[in-house]
Amino acid sequence: MLTFIVRRSLWTVLVMFVITVLVFIIFFKTPGVDPARAIAGRNSSPQILAEIRAQFGLNRPLPIQYGLMMKRLFVSRDLVSYSNQGQLVVPEIFAAAPATLSLVIGAAIIWVVVSIAMGVAAAVLRGSLLDPLLMIIALIGVSTPVFWLGQMANLVSQGGLHNTVLFSWVPPLGYTPLTANPLRWFEGLVLPWITLSILYIGFYARVLRASLLEVQNEDYVRTARAKGLTERRVLMRHTLRNSMITFVSLFGLDFGALVGGGAILTEVVFGIHGVGFLTYQALTNLDLPTIMATVVYGAFFIVLANALVDVGYAWLDPRVRPT
Amino acid sequence: MAALGLFLLIVILSLLAPLYAHDVAHVNPFTPNVNGTTIIHGKRVPVIQQGGGTLRLGETPIGPTWDLHHYFLGADNLGRDVAALLLYGGRASLQIGIASAVICSVVATLVALIAGFFGGLVDTLLSRLMDIIWAFPVYLLAISISTELLTHTSGFSVGPLRISPTSLWTPTIIIAFIYVPYVYRPARGQVLSVRNKDFVDAAIAQGAGNFRLIFSDILPNVISTVIVLLPLMIATTILTESALSFLSIGVQPPNASWGTIISDGQQLLYTRPWVSLAPGIMIVLTVLALNVLGDGVRDALDPRAKLRVEK
Repeated sequence: MLTFIVRRSLWTVLVMFVITVLVFIIFFKTPGVDPARAIAGRNSSPQILAEIRAQFGLNRPLPIQYGLMMKRLFVSRDLVSYSNQGQLVVPEIFAAAPATLSLVIGAAIIWVVVSIAMGVAAAVLRGSLLDPLLMIIALIGVSTPVFWLGQMANLVSQGGLHNTVLFSWVPPLGYTPLTANPLRWFEGLVLPWITLSILYIGFYARVLRASLLEVQNEDYVRTARAKGLTERRVLMRHTLRNSMITFVSLFGLDFGALVGGGAILTEVVFGIHGVGFLTYQALTNLDLPTIMATVVYGAFFIVLANALVDVGYAWLDPRVRPT
Repeated sequence: MAALGLFLLIVILSLLAPLYAHDVAHVNPFTPNVNGTTIIHGKRVPVIQQGGGTLRLGETPIGPTWDLHHYFLGADNLGRDVAALLLYGGRASLQIGIASAVICSVVATLVALIAGFFGGLVDTLLSRLMDIIWAFPVYLLAISISTELLTHTSGFSVGPLRISPTSLWTPTIIIAFIYVPYVYRPARGQVLSVRNKDFVDAAIAQGAGNFRLIFSDILPNVISTVIVLLPLMIATTILTESALSFLSIGVQPPNASWGTIISDGQQLLYTRPWVSLAPGIMIVLTVLALNVLGDGVRDALDPRAKLRVEK
């Protein structure tokens, strides 16, 4: 187990290194693009361009340029956004993180509970009409673009039906910090939570159903039945438990991806000022330093989450540990 | 079959976009038509109306007339015909989705053939490279590449190829690139298992060269694995394209896709919801059809998956 952790950690560090190199190449070495001009944004004066060239060492050797970029991202954390009046980028990302976490954690709770219920119901009720019905609903969830779903949620809750009993509780779009007003925080996040979770509910319900049906005929399940256990107990203690291994590892990956920037579309439609929204604003201004920082920090978070999932998986299931 | 029919119907409708725009609606969906007029119930009305909406302030484009000849789905902020734009947008979305899924599958298959056939160091290097692209979050990778290319307004060139940032090929290639590892993994697995089959040894004994081994012995047995994935890949690439376009880093004006129309419709959401509603419904129908089709193809062609479903 220890060798596995060591090997996985080394691989994680290597992946992170290569990702930063890739980001460096994409942002500084795209053929035919002047990085100083790109970083300066739309209003670039000659002084700013000269300043950027000096700061990023653009006329120095490649390894030094790369080193300077990493230093500014992680050590001195003084990357400034030229399109946004010299705003420091890295502290801005950390300030936006609570909004993203609030959104993703709430959505994760909903999608885990609902998808387990749907997946188990579909598997147990196999042969009845409910199974295909649930799976069609799940497939529609998987096929719906999340940003459009969010728009439709806004259309219903902020538009014509806003003054009815059904949706009068929905506050205007935006994010209220939990510490400022817990009730408002909750009210403002209910619809974003549901919107974000729909895709995952569909996906996880389908995966869980397939996995439950697959293990249903395994020997150990037959043994459990032969012992005279009730169907409910066989399901809870044996089949579901085994299926949860896949479920949990998928969950780790998706959760990491969402915190690392995958929630961008939901944040944009609902005006939640999290890390994704920050990236979006940077995209509309083509504000490269901010995009670079959100991409690198987001990617690091995701790579780290993947590593934790792999270690957790190996701990739960010794078969996947390399010998 | 119903799914395939629905998908083909959407493809055909999108291909008929120029016909509809020129001969039925008589509009050019790409030029702003702010001062234009149209006919509702026999009366000539401006396309952009003053003082519409709930607040009776500002300008509002006309809503759906449900008349195929005159702004069937209404107009957008620039007075363009949404129905015609929707069909043209569908053409762009489908073209990008299908082209990027195909390019992605071809590239992934070639890399998988090389990695799986030669094995050893080649395999290790290529597989590790794929692992790294896989580990790079899809949207973040697409965002980085797109913004970098968009900052360079005069286009960029890779070798002899020259691509303008407003070309539909820019999002196509980006999307194709980011999904290569998703097809590479199953394809490589298939190459590895085919490579050790007796008939490959037989071909080697007959003196077949590497080229013949790869393309006439191994490739035909790998292709079905990739084709099974294709509908699901197209579903994924269409969703990705719409998301990138919504974030303003996919399809660039003057082109339009379903994603850009939804993005434009954001401002009109409460006054003219059909601008967003229509392209969204088209995306859901297309992707749903492809997903159902993909499940069906997989069950039909992959005996192991079928066994699992029928158990």
